[in-house]
Amino acid sequence: MNLAEKILAAHCGKKNVTPGEFINVIPDIVLSNDITAPIAIREFRKIGVKKVFDPSKIVMVADHSVPNKDIASAEQTKVMRDFANEQGIMYYDVGQMGIEHCLLPEKGIVLPGDVVIGADSHTCTYGALGAFATGMGSTDISSAMATGEIWMKVPPTIKFVYHGKLGKWVGGKDLILYTIGQIGVDGALYAAMEFTGEAIDNLSMDGRFTMANMAIEAGGKAGLFHVDKKTLDYVKSRANRPYKVYEQDADAQFSKIIEWDVTKMEPQVSMPHLPSNTKPVSQMGNIKIDQSVIGSCTNGRLSDLELAASILKGKKVAKNVRCIVIPGTQQIWQEAMHEGLFDIFIDAGAVVSTPTCGPCLGGYMGILAGGERAISTTNRNFVGRMGSPKSEVYLANPAVAAASAITGRISSPEEIKN
Amino acid sequence: MLKGKVFKYGDNVDTDAIIPARYLNTSDPAELAKHTMEDIDLDFVKKVKPGDIIVATTNFGCGSSREHAPLAIKTSGISCVIAKSFARIFFRNAINIGLPLLESQEAVDGINAGDTVEGDLAKGTILNVTTGKKFTAKPYPPFMSTLIKAGGLIEYTKEKVKTK
Repeated sequence: MNLAEKILAAHCGKKNVTPGEFINVIPDIVLSNDITAPIAIREFRKIGVKKVFDPSKIVMVADHSVPNKDIASAEQTKVMRDFANEQGIMYYDVGQMGIEHCLLPEKGIVLPGDVVIGADSHTCTYGALGAFATGMGSTDISSAMATGEIWMKVPPTIKFVYHGKLGKWVGGKDLILYTIGQIGVDGALYAAMEFTGEAIDNLSMDGRFTMANMAIEAGGKAGLFHVDKKTLDYVKSRANRPYKVYEQDADAQFSKIIEWDVTKMEPQVSMPHLPSNTKPVSQMGNIKIDQSVIGSCTNGRLSDLELAASILKGKKVAKNVRCIVIPGTQQIWQEAMHEGLFDIFIDAGAVVSTPTCGPCLGGYMGILAGGERAISTTNRNFVGRMGSPKSEVYLANPAVAAASAITGRISSPEEIKN
Repeated sequence: MLKGKVFKYGDNVDTDAIIPARYLNTSDPAELAKHTMEDIDLDFVKKVKPGDIIVATTNFGCGSSREHAPLAIKTSGISCVIAKSFARIFFRNAINIGLPLLESQEAVDGINAGDTVEGDLAKGTILNVTTGKKFTAKPYPPFMSTLIKAGGLIEYTKEKVKTK
């Protein structure tokens, strides 16, 4: 069995599982947020149980529309808060919250070998820790909260091998945008994506979170990494429960193996209106921008902010460009502040927001008007994703987003740092 | 029997197109339904009638996990979505909440916008009433059929907790 099959087999009490098989999985963590939890709670009430199966395995995070953006979202968050208090589950509200997929690994809530299900499509982020993590809907989460079980179909696994060494301005974001560009937005539909190779061995944990995060953008059920020293170093100080590292069998099977040499890869940009519409940054031409967003569950971690700051240091954001920086969690916020990154951002003319998903999904805190264009380190560039259906979103890494904020058009970091 | 006029769309209809995030500050199905397909088809909510059918090509419902998407479609009056393929989370969500889905390459190619179409979930057949052509949908795996017969995941779970 491969890594995904090993983890799933161990969580459904079977010796072996094969792709296509329907199994009943016991998840370690069940997650929802202020948009998806209210429906999950409504459905939970219909099931006929009073208490969740295990409060220590259920997490709710207020992150999409908090601090509450309007009365309606305040009511939604209240439904979740009241339920969390009633049930005694793990709950993160304003002051403790962060963007869920930055927060859960940071707090040691998700650990290697776990099965995590979340009512949020980017739940696949935790694959970076060697966990099998996948997004579902609110009703799935309500059923899992009641029973501690969830049905799954065992996915086939596509193995990606990235040979070579990454160039200076190239990171996890570029690898995943390139991958989606090559295989398409349904190139891994229903499949687990396993990321391996020399470039992955050398990739930071933050870079791995970014890659796993966007597996869903290729239709993937999960994005998985093997546990190595970097993973263990990351979880060492965070884990406060036992966890298990799973290794694939020698005869592990894959539905496909795709290999690339990424040594000469440039930073990648995904153009409107699909994440698969990817080109190297040097081929972008003169594309003016109105906004640059640096943050999100994809690229809101400390090293992302450090990278953006290394470009923005001593420079100014172009006239008529709004540069919005959003640290992913309170801890990232504090570390960025102590490192002096906020001085760099503010001196450059950028703003720093409290952690929120806000602009990524066109919720608030940076909505685009009709005809406006943003470069963003987020994960989706569908029609209307960040605001008006007549606006445009280009996806890129934090160095490209910062460089573009300075020049006012989509730019390579080379232009600034040469 | 599911029967109605067809609204036809292309590849990769994403959940932001089905229900934009600016309306996700409510989970009231009737409120959500008012904005179904808004960013790609402003006329949809004006034209849709109970029983109507959405037909789309590949990867329908890609993007977010928001269950608001199938909920909005179902509440708008749509009786069934027919596509060449569905995004994984959308597929789960639709089955869980009882929005019928049928997967068929040939049917999608053989149906035009405005055609009247009949779907039979139990038999897995699709009839284009306008042209008289008949198509077969990909059969559901046995477990999915059990879920559908139970009336969705909540009904299925209700039974499960009763017998525990």
